[in-house]
Amino acid sequence: MLDFTRFFVEIYPARWAILEGVGMTLVISFLSIVLGTILGIGVALSLVYGGRVQRFAVRAFLEYVRGTPVFVLILACYYLLSQLVQLTPFQAGLIALTVFCSSHVGENLRGALLALPRGQTEAAKAIGLTFRQTFVYVLAPQALRQALPAWINTASELVKASTLLSVIGVVELMLTTRQIIARNFMSLEFYCLAGIIYFLISFSIERLGRRVERRIALPS
Amino acid sequence: MGYQLNFAPVWRDFDLLLSGLALGLVMAIFSVLVVGNLIGLAAAFAMTSRSTALRRIASAYVTIIRNLPIFFLMLVTFFVLPQQFGIRIDKVQAFVGTLSIYAGAYLTEVYRGALLALPKGLREAGLAIGLTEGQTRLWVILPVMLRNALPALSNNFISLFKDTSVAAAIAVPELTFYARQINNNTFRVIEVWSVCSLMYVAVCYLIAAGLRVVERRLAIPR
Amino acid sequence: MSKPVLEILGLHKKFKEIEVLKGVDLEMEPGDVVSVIGSSGSGKTTMLRCVNLLEDFEQGSIRIDGEEIGYTAAPQRRRRKESEIARQRSMTGMVFQQFNLFPHLSALGNVTLGLTKVKQLPKAEATAIAERWLERVGMAERRNHYPGQLSGGQQQRVAIARAIAMNPKVMLFDEVTSALDPELVNEVLNVIKSLAADGMTMLLVTHEMKFAYEVSRRVVFMNQGRIEEQGAPEAVFHNPQSKRLADFLKNAKF
Repeated sequence: MLDFTRFFVEIYPARWAILEGVGMTLVISFLSIVLGTILGIGVALSLVYGGRVQRFAVRAFLEYVRGTPVFVLILACYYLLSQLVQLTPFQAGLIALTVFCSSHVGENLRGALLALPRGQTEAAKAIGLTFRQTFVYVLAPQALRQALPAWINTASELVKASTLLSVIGVVELMLTTRQIIARNFMSLEFYCLAGIIYFLISFSIERLGRRVERRIALPS
Repeated sequence: MGYQLNFAPVWRDFDLLLSGLALGLVMAIFSVLVVGNLIGLAAAFAMTSRSTALRRIASAYVTIIRNLPIFFLMLVTFFVLPQQFGIRIDKVQAFVGTLSIYAGAYLTEVYRGALLALPKGLREAGLAIGLTEGQTRLWVILPVMLRNALPALSNNFISLFKDTSVAAAIAVPELTFYARQINNNTFRVIEVWSVCSLMYVAVCYLIAAGLRVVERRLAIPR
Repeated sequence: MSKPVLEILGLHKKFKEIEVLKGVDLEMEPGDVVSVIGSSGSGKTTMLRCVNLLEDFEQGSIRIDGEEIGYTAAPQRRRRKESEIARQRSMTGMVFQQFNLFPHLSALGNVTLGLTKVKQLPKAEATAIAERWLERVGMAERRNHYPGQLSGGQQQRVAIARAIAMNPKVMLFDEVTSALDPELVNEVLNVIKSLAADGMTMLLVTHEMKFAYEVSRRVVFMNQGRIEEQGAPEAVFHNPQSKRLADFLKNAKF
């Protein structure tokens, strides 16, 4: 069972490795959510406002990515890209998670945009706003509010999916943990530690998200 | 670049891929639709029950599991249980166990949502015609609630089925595992991964379509 | 006679195969208040939406202050550029049945949006104009409320302020009281009446016959995509010429 004395003896030399692992988990999750959101906005815009061909192409991409497990995306990106263009595991993993994120954000934002009542666009047009102005000042602020809860969910999904990057050799928290356990065989203790850290990250994202949601909620 | 598409090595091992897909589906159906469903229903009723202890236990379970990666849970089940507790399980059992507990937490949320969305009058009407609390649950609440939960259940099932790919990391011979094996043996990178992901996409589509049919069949006429 | 501010000439409009406007002609002088009545499906709302360029139309032309809007003049009839259309839309002010206030903006924000983004007025000036109009519709005290915090009648009054603050040549009202609870109808109608008294040019589609009678200089009866009859309110309501108008008035509520 848990051996705390030995755990504290073992954790000291591992402290930097663990911190670096946490850092890597946070960095790659953060980068992929930022890049994935940018890409996802593009996806949503093409789906809602794009021409026929553009809509079809983006829709096909979206269905393909959303039907594919994120682990397969990661492995495919890793094997494919590292063979074709010599990418590091970090770069391949970042691309996979970004694509994964963009599909979620894209679908989510598309839904939010389409859910807005037609009258909003008409009222904006009626006072003479151009399409771009209508989008920026009227549609986007409402759609982003709508999309926020699902977006928070995507963020915490990404942190969880980042554990799979350990399989392709990205030294994030999961791989760090496994490396430490390989040295000291204290699997229960160090898995517990990793579990607590993952829980805290994911839980804080959710809590933070709820706070933001409350802050931007419209008074009624 | 001189890459020539050649699907032959993939087709040669296509039955392996198919068997992997089948194993993934079986694991998903058993863990999600059988075990996970039971856990989810029980925990959802626990979460809406009057007993504070039950509510706390159920919500702790849901909160903890939903905030942990399935990959992490799988590794703990597969490595820690045998090493530290001497529980001998093989990799398929380990994964099915993991997925069941994981799915249970997500399905709890689905059913809890469906329960909360029911009109309050439903239970009262059941009680009013003389059914006991338990009978009301079984004959009135459950049938309505299950139908309402169906779309969310279908989404969750698809996403949990996709999670079976994670089992490849502990060498459970499902689709992703074989795809990786073929990849390593033949280096037909593009071919194998496009076929593998297309198989997932196709199955997800079929599941979604199938569940939509079920949904329509069971729909309450209005 | 002064120069017409709004001219509609031979307006035709189809939805797919169905012709909903079959050649509508209408002229309004500055200060005119014209009510359009008719059963649902007669094309009156569609006509109004064409004037605001919210609908395309296949034939005919609409001029505001002599300017051909939406399309370039025949024979090379071509839809104008989006930016051009946006500018022309702000020459008319539209008030919708469902208010369509922007829920993420306060009452004041709803009114200033067009002033700062379309007219590009500095913020202080836009706020001053908006506050004046909110005052005018009796909503000054609630200028910082969000639409979700306002009643239907209050929302509609803000919507009127939002439209009129743009200083349009013509105000368009599309059944603005239809979505309101009965006890909230009057506060909105009173605002419209007082604007009419100030000489605002207004084109109203309405089901409120009594209101149309009281406020309008002219009443237009539309039927099956055409203007069937028009004239002074007394003439239209008390002495209908066509049988269709007589039937319609028999069933209408006053």
